[in-house]
Formats: sequence, structure tokens, C-alpha cells
Amino acid sequence: MAGAGAGAGAERKAQLETVQADGADEGCVTFVLHGEDHTLGNSLRYMVMKNPDVEFCGYSITHPSESKINFRIQTRGGIPATEILCKGLNDLSNASKHVLQTFEAQVKEFRLKQGEAME
Amino acid sequence: MYCNTVEKAGGAGKMAAPMRNVDEIRDRVILGEFGVRNVHSTDFPGNYPGYDDTWDLRKFKKNFRLDVFHMDENTLEFDMVGIDAAVANAFRRILLAEVPTMAIEKVFIYNNTSIIQDEILAHRLGLIPIKADPRLFEYRNAGEVDFLLQLKIKCTRNPRASKDSSDPKELYKNHMVYSKDITWVPIGNQADVFADAKIGPVHGDILLAQLRPGQELDIVMHCVKGIGKDHAKFSPVATASYRLLPEITLLQTIEGEKAERLKRCFSPGVIELENIDGRRVAKVVNSRLDTCSREVLRHDDLKSLVKLGRVRDHFIFSVESTGILPPDVLVSEAINVLIAKCQKFLNEIDSTEME
Repeated sequence: MAGAGAGAGAERKAQLETVQADGADEGCVTFVLHGEDHTLGNSLRYMVMKNPDVEFCGYSITHPSESKINFRIQTRGGIPATEILCKGLNDLSNASKHVLQTFEAQVKEFRLKQGEAME
Repeated sequence: MYCNTVEKAGGAGKMAAPMRNVDEIRDRVILGEFGVRNVHSTDFPGNYPGYDDTWDLRKFKKNFRLDVFHMDENTLEFDMVGIDAAVANAFRRILLAEVPTMAIEKVFIYNNTSIIQDEILAHRLGLIPIKADPRLFEYRNAGEVDFLLQLKIKCTRNPRASKDSSDPKELYKNHMVYSKDITWVPIGNQADVFADAKIGPVHGDILLAQLRPGQELDIVMHCVKGIGKDHAKFSPVATASYRLLPEITLLQTIEGEKAERLKRCFSPGVIELENIDGRRVAKVVNSRLDTCSREVLRHDDLKSLVKLGRVRDHFIFSVESTGILPPDVLVSEAINVLIAKCQKFLNEIDSTEME
């Protein structure tokens, strides 16, 4: 059984592809994120939609047995969609980092309080 | 921007001033008599005039709150406030399916003369939580192995059993095979590297098979690192879930028999009766305890007096570990998985732009 998402050793395939309709500008792009599902799809869609330069953002799971999502971005004023995707990923990553920091600080504090209560 | 002047309504227990209509749509999920309203997040730029919904990390940091409510070796309950369901749900999904653990992947049965069939036994073995820190191991290709476990046991008669005994516990030795009978077989320098790690089953009291004299099991198991997406046996949690904080608003003063009935519509401890000038007045004491049953909406005279809702960005997480890793480590790992996912695609974009 090959570990899904493990991908170690196997020939590394591109995790990210871009699909563009003929004649469309670089502001209208569908990204194909391999090995992803609602976990990254929905949270990233939320972050991208928070960007005022985005006219449309949505994703779909092409088929339940295909492990990939189509992630569509359409921007206002011809801003490259890749730029928007980068910002979305960075925003999500930074938000997560803050959640992680806060969580670890709070767990530490809780442990301290618990230790005091024990004494 | 006038949006900042309107603070969120809903002081606990008090008769809250009614929320502004727009704020209610944005911040509350409403539990109505015939359905749930305002389910989706709508706080996107351009949706509401006068609101700035552009993503702002500083604003997020200011509003975000996290409180640990309860924590022991295997369970954790905490509140995560000021984050969207999309992100909170990502953490939950990762906890269930993408935080790696170690589990038995291949079972080599050299001898099995018990009545439990090979394939059933192999399946049972696969589901045993294995105590080994997954952060110290690598993902393997098919055929490779992280570490080995062995189960070698034979049932015999107990020579010291009394003649007229019929109790299998007394008559036989090793007639019950438990997970504690599984032993770790170090390969290479593992005996030194994991000297104090105590690799083996988390729980020693899982019954695997029953034997009778002469029957035996001789099994070697290959353990690998994996994730719950691939097989549920790799899932590090028994449950990981969240619910939204319930909010109950009393629109009028409710007293007497009505108050008594109102109290019984909710879970114990949610509504208490207060004595004000000899009248018994209902008061919301702790809406957190409510199960959101909506029973109150079946009483025609009460349903117009209360408003039931849930706070859209207040998540009450509950995480129950299988015992492989402590629950707080699991949550940290889950958040790290999401960060790693973002980083993976950022690197991918960088490398394609370089070409």
C-alpha cells in the first residue's frame, strides 16, 4: 500500500499545475493542486476571497477518487492570479503561525496554573 | 469607519441590547423554528458597505483569542475565538486525517493454530495504537519498514491446576493473548537510539485472541509511518470536533410559571431563576452548556420571547487522543501540517517562476 501523501522516493511529480483558457489573460487562471482536498481548498479560498483584488475564487474536487482540486481565481484589473495565490498562501500560513504561537503559549500557561493548583 | 464604534452585543446573562441587523447576519448563526439561518460566512470585501473585510493580520491578531479549558493526558478542550470556520475546519480535518502516526502495516504469520483466522487477526493487529513518536521516523516506500514488533506465544496446561477446576484462568497458561504480549524487536542501532522510548502498544489490555493448550501464535509485524487519509488506523485521535458557542437572548422579562417552563426547555445550568422583589425571573446563566435542542420553540407562548443563536467565530474544540501523542502536541502538529502545505505550494510557485 503506497502511503497517500507520503510521496517519498517516488518520482516527484509537479504538485501544482496551471490551466488557462485560450486568449484569457493571466488574471484568470485555474490552478490544479495535487493531493489536496477541502482542508487546504476551503481555507485557502477563504483567504483569497478576503483579497479586494479578487473578482471570483472557488474550488472543486474533480472526482472523489482523484486526489486533486481545481482552484479558480479571477482578478480585477489584470493582476496576475499567481500573485494573488501567493498572497493567499502567505496569509493562511501567517494566520496559522499566530494560532500556533497563541496555542502553545496558552497550553504552557494552563500547565503552570495546573502545577500551582497541585501544590 | 463607523463599524468600529458598534461593539459586539451579548454580555453574558444580561438582557443584551438587540444587535444591529447587519451585525447579526455577519456574526451569528440563527436557530429558527423551521431551520438554521445565516449559515455561511459573508464577511468578504464588497459585501457590506461601511465594513472593511480585507484580510489584515494585525486585526486578526488583535481579535484572536485562545483559552485552554481542560487538559489531561488524553483529552483537551479549548476555545478558539476570532477565526473563520474554513480555517478552524482545516485544523479539525488535519487532526483526523493528516497528522502522522505509526501503525502495523504488514503482518507475517509464521504460525497461527488458534481459531481466529489469519486475516481477522491481521486486521485486529493493524488497529492497535502503537506508542512510538512518529516525528522520529520517516515515510517509507512499499516494502520498507520503520520498526518490527513480534508476537510469539503458546498456550499450555497449568500443571498446578486443581483436578475439578473448570475455570480456564486456572487450567491454562497464556490462554488470553493481550496486546501487552507484543514485543519490540530493535533493528540496527534502534536499541540505542530508542533506548528510553519504550516502543510498543499504548494499551496493554487489548484482547487479541483466545487460545487452548497446544495452540500458538508466531507473528512478526512491520510498522510504518502513515496518515489517516490512507487508513483510519493511522488517525492519531479518537475524536476531534468543534461546536459553536450557543447564545440565548431573552427578549422580554420572563417570570413565574413561564420562567419555570423556560428553564426546563434547556440543558441543566443554562437558565436559572432569580428572585427579584418576590418574583421568579428567568436569567441566562451559562449558555455554553446548552445542546441547542430548540425545545423552547415548541412552546407557542415562549418561542417569541427568546432568540437562539450561535456565535459564528467562537469554536469550542474537543480533541481526544488515542494515547500515542498528548493532545496538545497533536494540535500543534496539525497547525504545522497546514503551514507546511502552504509552504509546499509557495516553493512550487517559486520554482516554476525560476524556470
